Amino acid sequence: MIEQITILLVVIPLVFAPITALFKNNTAAWSITFLVCLVCFSISLYMMLDVIDGKHVIYELGGWRPPWGIEYKIDALNAFIALIVSGIASITCLYAKHSVAREIHNDTIPLFYAAFQLCLLGLLGIALTGDIFNLFVFLEISSLSTYALISMGKNRKALTAAFSYLVLGTIGATFFLIGVGFLYAASGSLNTADIAVRFDTFADLQLVETALIFMVLGIALKAAIFPLHSWLPNAYGYAPSAISVFLSATATKVSIYVLYRILFDLYPIQYWVEMLLPQILLSLGCVAVIYGSYRAWQQIEMKRLLAFSSVAQIGYMIIGLALINQNGLTASIMHLFNHAVIKSTLFMGAGILLYRANTTDLGSLRGLGAEMPWTFAAIVIAGLSLIGVPGTVGFITKWYLLQSAVESGQWIVVVTVVVGSVLAVLYVWKIVESLYFNTKRKLHIQHVESGDSKISTTPATMAIALWIGAGLCIFFGLNTELSFDAATTAALSLLNQQG
Amino acid sequence: MPFSMPNLLLASMIIPLIGALLISRLDKKPNLREAVTLLTAFVLFAVNILIYLQLDFSYADAGTNGHFTIAEPIQGLSVAFSASPFGSMFALIASGLWIATSIYAMGYMRAHHEKNQTRFYLLFAIAIAGVMAVAYSDNLFTLFLFYEILTVSTYPLVTHAGTRDARKGGRNYILILMGSSILFFLPAMIIVWIVANDLTFTQGGVLDGNLDAVWAAPLLIMFLFGISKAGLMPLHRWLPSAMVAPTPVSALLHAVAVVKAGVFSIVKVVVFIFGTDFITRTNANDWLIFIPLFTIVAASLIALQKDNLKERLAYSTVSQLSYIILGVLLANKMGVLGAGMHIAMHAFAKISLFFAAGAILVTTHKKNVSQLAGLGKQMPFTFAVFTIGTLSIIGLPIFGGVWSKWYLVSGAIDFTGPVITYWAVLSALAISSMLNIYYLLSIPVKAFFEPAPNDQAVGIKEAPVACLIGMAIPTLMTLYLFFDPSLFYKLAATLSKVY
Repeated sequence: MIEQITILLVVIPLVFAPITALFKNNTAAWSITFLVCLVCFSISLYMMLDVIDGKHVIYELGGWRPPWGIEYKIDALNAFIALIVSGIASITCLYAKHSVAREIHNDTIPLFYAAFQLCLLGLLGIALTGDIFNLFVFLEISSLSTYALISMGKNRKALTAAFSYLVLGTIGATFFLIGVGFLYAASGSLNTADIAVRFDTFADLQLVETALIFMVLGIALKAAIFPLHSWLPNAYGYAPSAISVFLSATATKVSIYVLYRILFDLYPIQYWVEMLLPQILLSLGCVAVIYGSYRAWQQIEMKRLLAFSSVAQIGYMIIGLALINQNGLTASIMHLFNHAVIKSTLFMGAGILLYRANTTDLGSLRGLGAEMPWTFAAIVIAGLSLIGVPGTVGFITKWYLLQSAVESGQWIVVVTVVVGSVLAVLYVWKIVESLYFNTKRKLHIQHVESGDSKISTTPATMAIALWIGAGLCIFFGLNTELSFDAATTAALSLLNQQG
Repeated sequence: MPFSMPNLLLASMIIPLIGALLISRLDKKPNLREAVTLLTAFVLFAVNILIYLQLDFSYADAGTNGHFTIAEPIQGLSVAFSASPFGSMFALIASGLWIATSIYAMGYMRAHHEKNQTRFYLLFAIAIAGVMAVAYSDNLFTLFLFYEILTVSTYPLVTHAGTRDARKGGRNYILILMGSSILFFLPAMIIVWIVANDLTFTQGGVLDGNLDAVWAAPLLIMFLFGISKAGLMPLHRWLPSAMVAPTPVSALLHAVAVVKAGVFSIVKVVVFIFGTDFITRTNANDWLIFIPLFTIVAASLIALQKDNLKERLAYSTVSQLSYIILGVLLANKMGVLGAGMHIAMHAFAKISLFFAAGAILVTTHKKNVSQLAGLGKQMPFTFAVFTIGTLSIIGLPIFGGVWSKWYLVSGAIDFTGPVITYWAVLSALAISSMLNIYYLLSIPVKAFFEPAPNDQAVGIKEAPVACLIGMAIPTLMTLYLFFDPSLFYKLAATLSKVY
């Protein structure tokens, strides 16, 4: 029974996306999308609880036996990623209703929701599939819909942001495809498990090493790993608020998930350790943390600040991965989840500010925190999580990361985490200061018809979504059972793949 | 069993929160709102007495009296509570004085026509809940968590007036308290965890045998400056800044609850994380003692120059807090006992002083010491209270303050470190007592004996009756504590039982 359910995660959005596009009624389009997200979320949760203790669920597409057919193999890691994606999608969708109505042209709203579902479909597909070519297909589905979604941003710069993301994203995807092609040429198979089992028979081929480099580079571009992050700040900064929320929490995370799969499942750990890949990734991760945090501190626009902070946070995940031990990997996987919660909350906060004040420029937002105490409080909670204050989700990750670094004697990581946290204090403080401490400035609200009272209140759905996010920041900081168990199981299975 | 220890402990934290909830619903009914505050304070005090009655005095450390865990975010690191005699002492003082403060606040807030009184009472109750959680923390992690919550929840009380000054004071407040705790306290805690793998408050400490003796002093410095609520120089600036708050806040939170939470944490860390034996053996305290010594003398000297009455009292608090730190750093039986008792004795005396200062402010709107000449005849009760508080702080007989000074001096005499430190401690104690007489006693002397200036407004009367009742309670306690200090002696003595 559970085997059949897994494929529904991909099929449901695939069926409903075109249907949504046909609607003319915005509310109907939104309702369908929300329902799709909720159903996906329920399925993911059901799946997660089923596999959390380490068992696998395998579904063979069309009844074709792998390695000939496409296989969906669900373990704790897949299910966890699917849970993050669908959970964030649900929250985003709840949030999107009013935000999208404000930011996107009325006629394109159903198309927006259709693209949103396609994006969800692509990301879920990446998480579930056990076939690397199929993975590429889903990667393209999610990317193409993402380009469309970003370009719908209200600011005209959204177009150039989407275009540069399109160019870089296509290069990344092409690299990945070249890598897959090389690996296929060497191994004659596209099934992850199959390639891993027969790896020794073709390990000596130079092609295999080239394939790895191509795939890692391609994915690093999609995951915005420093120094391949240049598309990210603009893309997140100018996308519609709801899309910033969704992408910041899921898109790069899913790419990092692919990186786990390539490095731990597809290739033996020993193989890429000898290529010095861990050292390279570790250094890049450390630089990303410092550089991203520093650039975030310099920004004067809230969404771009948060985007640069994402570059830094991706650095933490890469560091955790590169330490290749139990705690490090657990920290890395947990940070996928924790950062998704934190960053989506912060972007939701920024979106509400945009909704109310029509700008996210920190200079123009001065003193708005006193006007909107609840939104401000939620932003502060998420900001504290980003810093890593105990009692919030951010602390848990940093704790495991530090432990892992100390275990393996990587003192440079300890220093990086500490410096990164201090810089995080600085850039979060920058938001808090301009929202609350700076003297109030009269807001210049544009493009609002006179007598429109909607501007003076935050829509309930947006506030609810924001506070769900803020609540999760605290809840999963204290009750780590779900995230920790899932991450540990996933980390263990990744490390023990080849014994 | 409804009155079992875990239930009582939980109740001590939940009752103020329930009170806060009720208060928030009673915005339109000030009488009922204040009745609820008072009732909550009484119930909370009763609960703390019940906890006291059930204490098992044979154990000073945590984990024995009604231990219970709320959450365990990281393996071995839990949010847990238990009653210890020392914690019970802190809780008794804070909740007992909350009654007096509530009565006082009724008179003060109305007479002073403060705005947003509901928010004031609401946040006050939440802060008290935080204090209870700090007092009953079972391990350092829990303590840290609620230490931070206490900072955040008292912040809006500091900025209550909403003026530019208040914002500026609040900014100092949150920057210093949060900044130092994240920069020093948190890393120190993580170091302890990595070294000892245990953060539970344990009799004799957890570091003995786990930490190289060389590192004891640096780690201790990190804790001393990390816990900046204790106001060690140069991180004391937040306390004078916080004096922009309404007087009841200054009185209960910034003379009793918050600052005492700071020294309470330091005592806990020194006695139950380091262990006084460990400190003596590693000689960590030989030179570190000069930090509180310097603070004692320097703060007294600054207090001399302050004309603003509340600021003068704030610097006096800074100086007195360092007595406690000094006592515990002496790391011998008498010193620790004196430190423990000084938490109680200083609390009663200093709150009387603040109440008196508030009473003067509310009736005459005079903030400065230089304006007080001749007021003694018009407000004899207020200045009598002030005199008694002063004498107790100086440490003269028939007032409670004499006992804690007695034990502190005994501890100093018992000190076995370098001779130069020994004499420095004794002379600093002597000098600061002299300075106390000068900067505190000069105030009532001026009020009683100096003639009033000619333009003195006639018809100045005592503060509202509620204020007077509130002032009488701690003043009578200081008198009572001279004749019978056994309660606090018993509770504080368990700290030094280890010898």
